[in-house]
Amino acid sequence: MSSILYVFSQPPHGSINAQEGLDALLMGSAFTTCSVLFVGQGLMQLIEGQSTDELGTKNFSLGFGALKDYGVNRIACSKPDLVASGLNSDDFVIDVEPLDAAGMQLLIRDHDKVLNF
Amino acid sequence: MNFAIVVHGAPYSSEACLSALNFAKAVLASGHSINRVFFYHDGAYTANNLIAPPQDETPVGEQWQAFGIGNNIELIACIASCLRRGILDETEADRYEKSGSNIAPGFTISGLGQLIDASINADRVVTFGV
Repeated sequence: MSSILYVFSQPPHGSINAQEGLDALLMGSAFTTCSVLFVGQGLMQLIEGQSTDELGTKNFSLGFGALKDYGVNRIACSKPDLVASGLNSDDFVIDVEPLDAAGMQLLIRDHDKVLNF
Repeated sequence: MNFAIVVHGAPYSSEACLSALNFAKAVLASGHSINRVFFYHDGAYTANNLIAPPQDETPVGEQWQAFGIGNNIELIACIASCLRRGILDETEADRYEKSGSNIAPGFTISGLGQLIDASINADRVVTFGV
């Protein structure tokens, strides 16, 4: 069965894209082998300690804690984007594997389909 | 080759919706097939039958309807995306006690599983509007 890589590139609360991307990832992992790659501003989805109380939006970042339970295979991020954004993988709500350009290329190649969010 | 097409952009506010339609037409014209078109995020607005664009602008929704019905291709709008955006079929309008339904002909409201199923079974998945 086809494996699916989800690429998350949007920041968390300015639009609903990130939240609906997570929904699609959780749904996908119930059907087939799925992995996720965070790139660009998508890395911000993972920052620990987000509070949306004053925004009135849903704090869906708590949902990332379920990825392992849903059997999501690899959870990776762009190392260059991590460095460029001044973040560290310790800042994230879950363990994420930072990948250089070659690593990301391999990850994409290892999957049959890529869905962008 | 069999394609799954995913549309994330709303008609008129994003060019993605029309690009996806043009791409879908080109897929068929080239002798390939499409297993499903899935409308997610703001793409769900494409299924809104109440859109009334100015006469000198492309009727994007109507063209999608004609494409889906004319070629017997499933046009699926994500239920979660639709409910958030006020696009309802009769069942959902009844369930949530809303004043009416507005799903366009040729479109079906269904779950995210349809996106995954289309992705798994297609040779290629092409997403518009991310």
